[in-house]
Amino acid sequence: MPDTIMLQVTRYRPESESAPTVQEYEVPMREDWAVLDGLNYVKDHLDGTLSFRWSCRMGICGSCGMTVNGDPALTCGKFLTDYAPGPVRVGPLANFPVIRDLVVEIDDFLHKLPQVKPWLVRDDDGGVEDVEFLQTPDQLDAYKQYSMCINCMLCYSACPVYGIEPDFLGPAAIALAQRYNLDSRDQGSHQRLDVLATDAGVWACTYVGECTRACPKGVDPAGAIQRYKLTAAARTLLPWGKR
Amino acid sequence: MTQPRYRQPVSLFWWTRRRSYLLFVLREMSSVAVAWFVVHFLLLVTAVHRGAGAYQEFFEWSASPLLLLVNLVALAFVLLHAVTWFNLAPKAIVVRMQGRQVPPRAVAAGHFGAWLVASAVVFWVLVVML
Amino acid sequence: MARPSRAEAAAWLLFSAGGMVSALLVPVLVLLFGVLFPLGVLTPPDHAGFAALLGHPLVGIALLGLCVLALLHWAHRFRYTLFDGLQLERLRAPISALCYAAVLAGSVWAAFVLFGVGW
Repeated sequence: MPDTIMLQVTRYRPESESAPTVQEYEVPMREDWAVLDGLNYVKDHLDGTLSFRWSCRMGICGSCGMTVNGDPALTCGKFLTDYAPGPVRVGPLANFPVIRDLVVEIDDFLHKLPQVKPWLVRDDDGGVEDVEFLQTPDQLDAYKQYSMCINCMLCYSACPVYGIEPDFLGPAAIALAQRYNLDSRDQGSHQRLDVLATDAGVWACTYVGECTRACPKGVDPAGAIQRYKLTAAARTLLPWGKR
Repeated sequence: MTQPRYRQPVSLFWWTRRRSYLLFVLREMSSVAVAWFVVHFLLLVTAVHRGAGAYQEFFEWSASPLLLLVNLVALAFVLLHAVTWFNLAPKAIVVRMQGRQVPPRAVAAGHFGAWLVASAVVFWVLVVML
Repeated sequence: MARPSRAEAAAWLLFSAGGMVSALLVPVLVLLFGVLFPLGVLTPPDHAGFAALLGHPLVGIALLGLCVLALLHWAHRFRYTLFDGLQLERLRAPISALCYAAVLAGSVWAAFVLFGVGW
């Protein structure tokens, strides 16, 4: 096995450039190194000016999403040896504005997420002191898959509709709305309808399915959206739907 | 002061960049074949109204190389539509019975079964009965 | 903030119904009327029998339903292909209007052909 592998990394320095460029770095190819380890090697030994986000290194925080050889990926979960002999093209997550190098602006998602009220909504005004919600394993099963989302936004990066239509609510936001809609403890699905059943909500989705392919946690946002379309249509059109 | 963000452009040909995007666009274009079927079918029924001569001529016209090619392409596209539609149906129709989800494969199989039955009935009426 | 869209909900429901119906029936019909009957691989239904079948009111209604739903399926899917594939979202209103006008025209033609005067 060769000793090293070439990383071709997107650089963008807004103070001195108007568009990104590509810089090459040769990093050691260790068997247990992920692309993220390669980037950290660059930062520590080759070029301290390289900027990128990362945290847990184990696929649970969702911070290190980037475009690797054209695919949205968590760089902590893609191993250098998978790309041997290289080179490996590392760029910022597609469909997001680039702040610097590999760091993208995620404000749009952070603005959209609270709109779907991703928390348990109750009609009754019970406080938190004496409340215990019981749930059977089957009830948990109904929404568990959608609760696996780590907000890494690989799905937004994969979604061609989001790339063309920035107003689209997007896969993760809708999947998270479904996580609560389908939770037996929640009573807020009628409130979420107002945001989900709009032109920029589920109706913008044409079921490309790339979001599900890109998702590192098996959430299947495409399925979540597809399921909701029937609910959204029924509740929007039928006057006697539950309000 | 915030420095300028770089907006990554989306190519007009974004759908050629990945095989899965291309397959998606082909699937979407199958709707044109469905619309073409309606046109061809209404021309057929018009010919039936006009009499046995026109009916015969319709099939001769449909057998011309151009029409045949168009309909062969249309056939490929409507098959693509049917197969992708039934395979995706389990995602849209999630049925929970007695606390468990009906297996997606069963939902898809049910759809393919219905397709087989419907096609067989139509075939029987048009080929065997008439 | 945008409101739930009744128009898109209806468009999607009709698209789905049309998609299901066309998936079930159109392949065999294209195979027979577009390929096998013209090529003579199978004998087409005889004219008198087929005309009688088409004249039956229930058959007419079913076929009208198939044609209208199939066109509604096309309209929804095709306009979104233009919005996304060709990035023509800015022309959303005129494109949608044209597509559904075509559905109306096609439906009127279908009704005329299937139930028209002199039939």
